[in-house]
Amino acid sequence: MKEQNYIKLEFPSRSCNEAFARAAAAAFAAQLDPSMEELGDIRTAVSEAVTNAIVHAYPDTIGRISMRLRILEGQTLEISVRDWGCGIENVEQARKPLYTTGGHERSGMGFTIMESFMDKLRVRSAPGRGTTVVMRRAICPRIGLK
Amino acid sequence: MTISSSCSAGRLTVYLSGELDHHEARYTVEAIEELIEEYLPRDCVLDLSGLSFMDSSGIAVIVRAMERMRALRGRISVENPPRQALRVIDAAGIDRLVPVSSGQAGGLL
Repeated sequence: MKEQNYIKLEFPSRSCNEAFARAAAAAFAAQLDPSMEELGDIRTAVSEAVTNAIVHAYPDTIGRISMRLRILEGQTLEISVRDWGCGIENVEQARKPLYTTGGHERSGMGFTIMESFMDKLRVRSAPGRGTTVVMRRAICPRIGLK
Repeated sequence: MTISSSCSAGRLTVYLSGELDHHEARYTVEAIEELIEEYLPRDCVLDLSGLSFMDSSGIAVIVRAMERMRALRGRISVENPPRQALRVIDAAGIDRLVPVSSGQAGGLL
């Protein structure tokens, strides 16, 4: 799919950056004129992906997280969240509802919510090398509202 | 994230407002547990009407509060989730474990 616009952001894996990442994603996505519900879904999916990187990729250190957003043809938003942390041994297991290796403040529903709110979700991971989550969501054109 | 509460006749209502994400979740879990331990209520209501954002960390907060109330043989419910929080609750299926009542016009999506 042809790329029409993009941004790249990089930030350390500090939990205070979760709110910043979803606000930045929402600000970039605004040019697609999403509905409030679509914008909420984008903020939620970004929050889940970035939180996973903060909690699981770098459990004992502060590492680097890169977020790229692309607008592709067909009003499609692509969100990539990449880390260079510890990686996921078993991606299939990690994607199952309620599975978590996080603490008491984690529910194990992060991937389930990303899958529910996005049209496509792809996870690539190599133990010791990091994880990349790529999500796509087509934004419905709101004909007649402009 | 702001947490306030009121308690009367064994019913503790905890009002959450602001953005409930992983950054705020640990503090929120601890604050709710402290309130439950202080008042030992029969019913605990989590009023989410003031939340401008909630992700799956909010699900963990609800589940921890549910476990605490079950240990006390009390009841827990969630009230007034805004639309975005309600979509997260729906996707997680938490309404199978905890009663969720929505004051939102339009209700469940």
